[in-house]
Amino acid sequence: MIPTLLWIYWTSLRRDRVAQAMTFLLPIIFFSIFASVFGGRGRDTMSRVPVAVADESHSEMSRRLVRALGREKSLALRTSARPLGAPREAAEVTIDRARAEAMVKDGDLSVALVLPAGIDTSLDRFDGRGQPSTMLSDPSDPIAPQMVAGLLQKVVMTAAPATIAKNGIGAFERYSGPLTPQQRKAMDTWLPMIDQEAAGARDSAASDSGHAGAGGFSGLVRVESVEVLGQKKDNALVSFYAAGIAVMFLLFSASAGGGALLDEVDSGTLDRVLTSSVGMTGLLAGKWLYIALVGVLQICVMFLWGRLAFRLDLFHHLPGFAVMTVVTAATAAAFGLVLATLCRTRQQLSGISTIVILSISAVGGSMFPRFLMSQGMQKMGLFTFNAWALDGYIKVFWRNARVIDLAPQVGVLLAFLTAFLIVARLMARRWERS
Amino acid sequence: MNVLAVREALKSYGATQALGGASFELAQGELLGLLGPNGAGKTTLVRSIAGRVKLGGGSIELLGKPLEGSGGRALLGVVPQEIALYPLLTARENLEAFGRLNGLRRAALAERVAWALEWTALADRAKEPIRHFSGGMKRRLNIACGVLHQPRVILLDEPTVGVDPQSRERIYEMLDKLRAAGASLLLTTHQLEEAEGHCDRIVIIDHGRIIATGTLEELVARTVGHHRRVTIRLDRAPSQPITGFNGGSEGPLLRAQVDDVGAELPALIQRAEAAGCAIQDIEVRRPSLQSVFIHLTGRELRE
Repeated sequence: MIPTLLWIYWTSLRRDRVAQAMTFLLPIIFFSIFASVFGGRGRDTMSRVPVAVADESHSEMSRRLVRALGREKSLALRTSARPLGAPREAAEVTIDRARAEAMVKDGDLSVALVLPAGIDTSLDRFDGRGQPSTMLSDPSDPIAPQMVAGLLQKVVMTAAPATIAKNGIGAFERYSGPLTPQQRKAMDTWLPMIDQEAAGARDSAASDSGHAGAGGFSGLVRVESVEVLGQKKDNALVSFYAAGIAVMFLLFSASAGGGALLDEVDSGTLDRVLTSSVGMTGLLAGKWLYIALVGVLQICVMFLWGRLAFRLDLFHHLPGFAVMTVVTAATAAAFGLVLATLCRTRQQLSGISTIVILSISAVGGSMFPRFLMSQGMQKMGLFTFNAWALDGYIKVFWRNARVIDLAPQVGVLLAFLTAFLIVARLMARRWERS
Repeated sequence: MNVLAVREALKSYGATQALGGASFELAQGELLGLLGPNGAGKTTLVRSIAGRVKLGGGSIELLGKPLEGSGGRALLGVVPQEIALYPLLTARENLEAFGRLNGLRRAALAERVAWALEWTALADRAKEPIRHFSGGMKRRLNIACGVLHQPRVILLDEPTVGVDPQSRERIYEMLDKLRAAGASLLLTTHQLEEAEGHCDRIVIIDHGRIIATGTLEELVARTVGHHRRVTIRLDRAPSQPITGFNGGSEGPLLRAQVDDVGAELPALIQRAEAAGCAIQDIEVRRPSLQSVFIHLTGRELRE
């Protein structure tokens, strides 16, 4: 009896290619995607944190620090940029504080470091009260500022160990009395040696650690943190997750809405509607509009809940929110129609849409912020429309972007929308006159 | 006057020919039965009239005007075999939806929906989602949604499949009312008794071609003839063959074909009794559509 049942089920599986794909391919696809997204596959593809440095000190010490930061493999250091508003071909100039702040505000990078005048003399204080460096940061990326701050403490030690040691001994002498002649002689011999050793060890040692664990020591450099998009945005991540989850579930509901088309095919309702005065284009347009309107409602509900439960600042961003919501819902609706028209049955749609939606949600950043992914995955995300939708929402809620600033995201989404509608219409031809 | 004329309809799907030059006409006010074995081309023919199948050749005329492409079918009503309704909508909402899709608006729509609810005897269930309806109720509503816009010609694809005899009778009463109002009906069915009892004329299609057209009487005369089939059951098998039973015998069953029942049946009874057997039952069958159908299309199973 049991062998017969096994034979029946196995034969059924062998003849059902979709079931085979769901059983064997799906886990592999998911494993690969999630390993790539969350595992930062390969050191060489790991994300480098872009950071701008404005050197207001112009001292030998600040130049050393900048050079040392530039050697850090986990940082992509920028010290020059085009002037604000200059054309693309304009020559780059040295970044100052204003330019650095603008770069963070525009989302070019999520952290900038300002080395103030007097930082060189502050380093010998050993009390953390020297002239503070300023860390200009974007709250959307909570990790980059921490990383840069830690590396700054580290490079102060590795960039000029002799200076630090000399200044440290100087401080010691001030409070404890001068060194003996033997001690002085030993110091004079030792200081050039540690500079040489440090220079030799920099390349190999500097890159191995992204973290400068100071173990409770507040550090040689005081760092003052400034969130340039507004201080204390404690709900910043809430808006990210509201957008991320809303877009992901929008895709699921759009897929389900599109799937109603397959139900209508099965029940004969589609055939019946097409024998009336409604053509396939009209039918698809009606479906698309309906799914898009439901999508708009769905996103509104999600963000209103975010406002009520998590103090999401919705009402100060209404114009941008409205634009992004309408365009995102319209595009997701068209995407749902594409999925439905590609599939032959509800079962196929169910399996395929689950794979596709979870995949593009992972790659597009609904589950995990894209700025924390490797650069390769970040670039791959640009091929998913939901990544552009999320970028748009982040611009609205984090960067206080004006509606006009959403033009790139809206433009790309409209291009996706057009492509999806064309594909869906072409695929739906099989339900027209045969 | 013909309201629908199909001429030399051709349609192939790859190497398979679905229609091989089918031709027939539907007259004004007529109920025409389109019969055929599975795969004979009925559905393709109906779908081509409905504009859902593009013919490879031939023509279709509706009320004297050629039907092209998928338009020009406002005067046509289509009732699909499937229950092609929205299950979460109520009976009234379904009627309103399909009425609007077929061009009805406001007062005309309200009037037709009210008529349809009465016509289908669903007025008291108008506000219920139809997923709770019985098969017969859904069938009636399915028909109503296809005729709401008062089409002159109505295509009904197996409108009584899967319903009980009472619902079937009710459906034919509804169709009679449509005819009385001036509509002409083309009906496909596998229920030969229904076609025999309700259709004015019969069209039989096989292998994509119309192989017979006419009233039941005409078809009978052209195929199996008008003789009656007599079957007599005896209390036991006769010991010797009995003369006069030209249809053969099988145990206690004796069969004969007779042209004049009144004159020939008493003689058959007399011969059976003379053989020393008692008669238990006598059946006289007139030629049916079933026998005509089998005669024309054969007994071979169709896929």
